[in-house]
Amino acid sequence: MDTGTFRGIITGLLILAFLGIVWWAFSRRRKPDFDEAAQLPFADEDEQSNRDRSASQQGSHREQAGEADSRKDRGDENA
Amino acid sequence: MSTALEHPTYNYKVVRQFAIMTVVWGIVGMLLGVILAAQLVWPQLNLDLPWTSFGRLRPLHTNAVIFAFGGSALMATSYYVVQRTCQTRLFCDRLAAFTFWGWQAVILSAVITLPLGFTTVKEYAELEWPINILIAVVWVSYAIVFLMTIKRRKTSHIYVANWFFAAFILTVAVLHIVNNAAIPVSWMYSTSIYAGAIDAMVQWWYGHNAVGFFLTAGFLGMMYYFVPKQAERPVYSYRLSIVHFWALIMIYMWAGPHHLHYTALPNWAQSLGMVMSIILLAPSWGGMINGMMTLSGAWHKLRTDPTLRFLVVALSFYGMSTFEGPMMAVKTVNALSHYTDWTIGHVHAGALGWVAMITIGSMYHLIPRLFGRTEMYSVGLIAVHFWLATIGTVLYIASMWVNGILQGLMWRAINPDGTLMYTFIEAVEASGPGYVVRLIGGLFWVVGMLIMAYNVFMTVKRSEAVSQQPIPQSA
Repeated sequence: MDTGTFRGIITGLLILAFLGIVWWAFSRRRKPDFDEAAQLPFADEDEQSNRDRSASQQGSHREQAGEADSRKDRGDENA
Repeated sequence: MSTALEHPTYNYKVVRQFAIMTVVWGIVGMLLGVILAAQLVWPQLNLDLPWTSFGRLRPLHTNAVIFAFGGSALMATSYYVVQRTCQTRLFCDRLAAFTFWGWQAVILSAVITLPLGFTTVKEYAELEWPINILIAVVWVSYAIVFLMTIKRRKTSHIYVANWFFAAFILTVAVLHIVNNAAIPVSWMYSTSIYAGAIDAMVQWWYGHNAVGFFLTAGFLGMMYYFVPKQAERPVYSYRLSIVHFWALIMIYMWAGPHHLHYTALPNWAQSLGMVMSIILLAPSWGGMINGMMTLSGAWHKLRTDPTLRFLVVALSFYGMSTFEGPMMAVKTVNALSHYTDWTIGHVHAGALGWVAMITIGSMYHLIPRLFGRTEMYSVGLIAVHFWLATIGTVLYIASMWVNGILQGLMWRAINPDGTLMYTFIEAVEASGPGYVVRLIGGLFWVVGMLIMAYNVFMTVKRSEAVSQQPIPQSA
């Protein structure tokens, strides 16, 4: 096998790896996990926010209700 | 440190130290930049002394802004984010303290050795071998502290910001050690173990990935925590952030050769670098869109929140400079832009517009929280700083675009008989007005940073009064 063929195969493998990552990231099965992970910056809230909470809660009320359960599941000692 | 400020779980002391030094080194590094900009307007300002000549102060400026300002900001935010998203204390307080003092020692040795003229002459890797060994030791300690903290996490998932920070830390360790492999000749002189075109390729593999991992991946880690936090809503698409991560780190590695277009580097390597640089637009913009769209439904917050404004304008400049970069990597465009001020303008669109703005936004979120509050001393002063920084960046990059295209066109203009139409000095003279505008842009930036320093000082002082206990000035 000459160098050019070898490089071609490596490129092909990398494309397959990338498509695999995209397929994995966007698979329906992973969605609940990722939704929970996206809430991690807010999971250890230990401060009173002085911003306009009313505006931000309208959109994410449902997620915050779901998040309360999962925080216990994760054994959050700061919750 | 007063107990009133200590968090029950987290190690905030090292974060406070790095955060304060971010502001200090930011002022030092940008002031050096202004001095250099002034030297280009008035060359007499080099004072006819070797230590203050442009050639010696320029690497000091780049090292101060990238490694002292940017490095302190990255360490402060990565230590803060990893603790809060893993819900666990930083691994080993002593090792974390070592990374702080070790990093400050590296910076101080750069401040001493670079003006004295000790240099390996590798751009962004000028420091000589004894300092390089210290950097390697500090950096490996940093990697241990960060990765062990992730290992001890209380959460099941590793938040995406930590993936970016981890990739940045590991890659910079590899880049630094490989590129600085050298044979010591004396205490402050060494020669690279690589030769000729290979040395150049290794240097720009390092150089471009310093941009890609130190100045991009690390600051994207910052973006993925502080933008959702300040906008008070989760990132637009967590799935996109995963694809963004893997695509970015897979592609950045190959873009280095675009720094060596039309040199002794083999032509196929130049073309590969160009193609990979163009592909890089996709992950860069994927990340930018992900950050921007996080604000959907919260755009009105920009009116009242200058901290969020810093973060969002940083993303705009990131999008702009990651479009400009691939364009400049195209060989035919590079034939015009290379070695001109356009390159300097491009770097500062990234460095001021993206790196410094996202850092400052993050610091305005972080610093009050480290001192027991949620708001800085003065929100109005943040707004003033925002406008100074934005106008300063626009003045800087616009003047360098004009200068760069002017220089590129003058250098390549030829008479009908094939001789050059302009001498080099004519292009320098034509660049004069642009250098003045650039100096003004730089001054805007330094004034903004001084306002930030005052705001930070008052925020710390106020928290002292609240806790009613004296705090040592170490923080």
